[in-house]
Amino acid sequence: MKLVGEALIRAERELVWQAINDPGILRQCIPGCEEITRETPVDWVATVVTRVGPVKARFNGRIRLEDLEAPESCRIVGEGSGGAAGFAKGSALVRLAQEAEGTRLTYDVGSEIGGKLAQIGSRLIEAFAKKYAAEFFDKFAAIVEAGTASDISAISGEAPVIPIPAGDVSVPAPATRAYALPAAGAQPRPAPTVAESTRRWFDAQSFTILVLAALLVFMTVMYTLK
Amino acid sequence: MSGFGIGQAVRRREDHRFLTGAGSYVGDITRARAAHMCVIYSDQAHADIVRIGVKAALESPGVLAVLTGQDAENEGLGGLPPYFMPEDAGGPPGFRTVRPILVPDRVRCVGDRVVAVVAETADQARDAAECVEIEYSPRPCVTTPDGAAASDTPEIWPGCEGNRSFTLAFGDPERTDEAFARSAFVVQLDLRNNRLSANSIEPRCALGEFIISDGEGQYILHTSSQNPHGVRKMLANSVLAIPETCLRVISPDVGGGFGMKADPYPEDALVLWAARKLGRPVRWVASRSESLAGDNHGRDQVASAQMAFDENGRAIGLRVRAYHALGAYVASATVAPITFSMRMLPGVYDISAIDVRTSAMFTNCSPTGPYRGAGRPEACFMLERLMDEAGRVSGLGQVEIRRRNLIAEQALPYATPTGLTYDSGDFAGMMEKCLELADWDGFAARKQASEGKGLFRGRAVTCYIESAGVFNERMELRFDPSGGVSILAGTHSHGQGHATAFAQLIHDWLGIPPEQIRHVQGDTDAVTFGRGTYAARSSMLASTALRAAADEAIARCSPMAANILEVDADSVEFGEGLFRAKATNRTVSLQQVVRGFFAPMGVPGGQSLGLSTVGTAGGEAPNFPNGAHVCEIEVDPETGTVRIDRYTVVDDVGKAINPMICEGQIIGGIAQGLGQALVEEVVYDPATGQLLSGSFSDYGMLRTDTMPTIAARLEEIPCKTNPVGVKGVGESGTIAAPPTVVNAVLDALRPLGVTDLQMPLTPARIWSAINGAASRQAEPA
Repeated sequence: MKLVGEALIRAERELVWQAINDPGILRQCIPGCEEITRETPVDWVATVVTRVGPVKARFNGRIRLEDLEAPESCRIVGEGSGGAAGFAKGSALVRLAQEAEGTRLTYDVGSEIGGKLAQIGSRLIEAFAKKYAAEFFDKFAAIVEAGTASDISAISGEAPVIPIPAGDVSVPAPATRAYALPAAGAQPRPAPTVAESTRRWFDAQSFTILVLAALLVFMTVMYTLK
Repeated sequence: MSGFGIGQAVRRREDHRFLTGAGSYVGDITRARAAHMCVIYSDQAHADIVRIGVKAALESPGVLAVLTGQDAENEGLGGLPPYFMPEDAGGPPGFRTVRPILVPDRVRCVGDRVVAVVAETADQARDAAECVEIEYSPRPCVTTPDGAAASDTPEIWPGCEGNRSFTLAFGDPERTDEAFARSAFVVQLDLRNNRLSANSIEPRCALGEFIISDGEGQYILHTSSQNPHGVRKMLANSVLAIPETCLRVISPDVGGGFGMKADPYPEDALVLWAARKLGRPVRWVASRSESLAGDNHGRDQVASAQMAFDENGRAIGLRVRAYHALGAYVASATVAPITFSMRMLPGVYDISAIDVRTSAMFTNCSPTGPYRGAGRPEACFMLERLMDEAGRVSGLGQVEIRRRNLIAEQALPYATPTGLTYDSGDFAGMMEKCLELADWDGFAARKQASEGKGLFRGRAVTCYIESAGVFNERMELRFDPSGGVSILAGTHSHGQGHATAFAQLIHDWLGIPPEQIRHVQGDTDAVTFGRGTYAARSSMLASTALRAAADEAIARCSPMAANILEVDADSVEFGEGLFRAKATNRTVSLQQVVRGFFAPMGVPGGQSLGLSTVGTAGGEAPNFPNGAHVCEIEVDPETGTVRIDRYTVVDDVGKAINPMICEGQIIGGIAQGLGQALVEEVVYDPATGQLLSGSFSDYGMLRTDTMPTIAARLEEIPCKTNPVGVKGVGESGTIAAPPTVVNAVLDALRPLGVTDLQMPLTPARIWSAINGAASRQAEPA
């Protein structure tokens, strides 16, 4: 899937760069984001709760930043293997350009999905991803435009962003983590306590939605880092 | 004979069981301590397996075993070979494959089986399966049969050059070239026959057991199969390496097969292996998504087809170059559809010279196999699309071009250039009757009415022929002491109504009341041998074999009847269930005579204690069901939606044992043909080989609101090569429906400049074609 787009944020580029590197801000902008943390300056983990229709689920995603050219551009590479659910991988090239009215953020995403993620409902993903991205940027722009760099720290309640080193960054190999369905966190997921009939309905009817949500979150996390 | 005899539209005796939830499918069979299996399907189209991490899965709650391809190799388990290859029937050699029950090294399609997890419950097995870590090293892949032939395409099987397993050719290239050279006009089409999934309402499932009996181990497999003896043969010989006596296979009620369940799958072997290892029954049931990914698919052919005509509109040459996808393995009886797609190409037309060729190509997709029609739909589609095109190009129209080319009744028996002999039929009569029944001549008024509503109306007529019946078959009659009888069928009914139709035959021939006739099938312990049901084979083969078994029963009862009637053996005659002393009114029923075979002392009748008789049908000659379809459709140009307004069929089914069952088979077949034409398609991403149609939200199935009311008429022209005169009926509808719908839609849209459409004709495709054509037409202006 290819997804290309842009957003204009009425703020200085440095400010946008900082905000986009601020876990606290991102947490507020990603719909359903519970937690977003940096394990190293370039390795990020996010937990997102997504509600689509009657189904609510929590997902974990892991991404890595490459080719960092602060405050101009970076490449975000993500990969998740969900065991029986299949896999998703992809990368997004994000650029920030200073313009008269603010900062233009452009993104160019290429992603590949496999296994059940591809088999079920994949045709719908692009539209969902766009909607999700739009929701994110609306909120992101609102927060950034409302504040200054110091305000941002206040808004997010977290320490200011550590400046990204200009030199080479040692990039560890991406760890993979399963998208836990439907419960979050530790693997393996506990033995189901729901009734068998519910579980069957879940498998048959809502798996599509869940998988969609998993992908959305994956894509969202990538978008968020733009 | 009576209300239950041959030719009566008797309601199916088995339906009460099915409609009241009393059927017994594999999933209904319970066993104490049964464990559950989940099989992990590859999520890669083509990749080397680098590592399989099973530790977390083994520690998962309830897990009993985690099995890999390496384990299978270590234990000496084999894989699944093709049911047959062309060279087994005197054809050219080909590249053979064996499908491992679990892949140890290199996956070749999404859906290849990689790991089997067995746990206490199905949920625990699925949960544990999610913990298995499989690391792949991806390879480039190819998903289309023509793409597989390209020079820069990666090799799927080492040593199989150009990914081509074999090529089949029929006809005379020289004479065909000559015909094309002197032709008045030629039509040419590039056609794609979409890949389909059978989607039986009951998914595949298997229950494996291993018991120690008399000191020897015996495997018992319950599996949803069309051919239990075939499953036993392949699993015992190719996978487990055991004598067939050590494996009992039971296929109880089966909810649809369509060819897809004709041969065993890896899961059938896996539940047996796991059952032996664990000492517990092991069961597996496919989810709908697993079915879509892991069942053998149908069709998937691309073809370039040309037909040459003389100045009178007579077809004088047919040339086809096709590629047929095998998928990742040569599996099941996939050679059958590939062969039939070529052999049936001449259809019901008298074409003097043909030169047709197809290559069987490996692709990184699920294996193909026979699917309702199996090659005949591909042939019919090519031929009827070409015929329609010729009708248009020549100005003769859809009907006249066919009239000029149909094989005349007096030309029968007719030998086709592909080595078949049509014994009986009235091909022109079928078409004329169908046109009349469909009110072909009243089309103009209906078209006008449609146009008044802003809709485009089109119509088409198709003539088809089918080759039904293959291999030999065995049927047994086992009489009981009260004079009733069990039919031990080598065939396997899974929707065809055999319990009714076969009872009608036996009732008609032997006078036994229907309630004393049982139908037994699908158990290798109960039925000595048989070949199952597929390829519209059972009407001919079972009736022929049953006739022989019934004749033997009459012959064996005859001397005992003479004894009872106190006349000489040659003074009795049999009819309507009674033995009669000639020239007297003294009779004894066959049922009464049968009781004599159960006398308590001595050898009854000097023959045997008890009576069972066996009939064999040789199956030397297939039969050729045929007929015509007429369809009228409306297209809404705003939405691209096709509505089938009228659908009319006339089918020559030979002697109809049960017209109601025949009609049901025809309508069911049409439903699947319409599905192929309008909505069904298995889609793989061409770049990654990922399956994109893995659920019913992604794979289109025909719905009741799309299914028209079918006007069906049966014509009974007896087949001359079997004693009952029957022809097959199971595949007919599926064969003729796709070209009929596509030609009708093209007929409707030609005024808009739409000249070509590929199946399935989804609203999006039709809308795009209409709008694309409109913009093309607008451009020059």
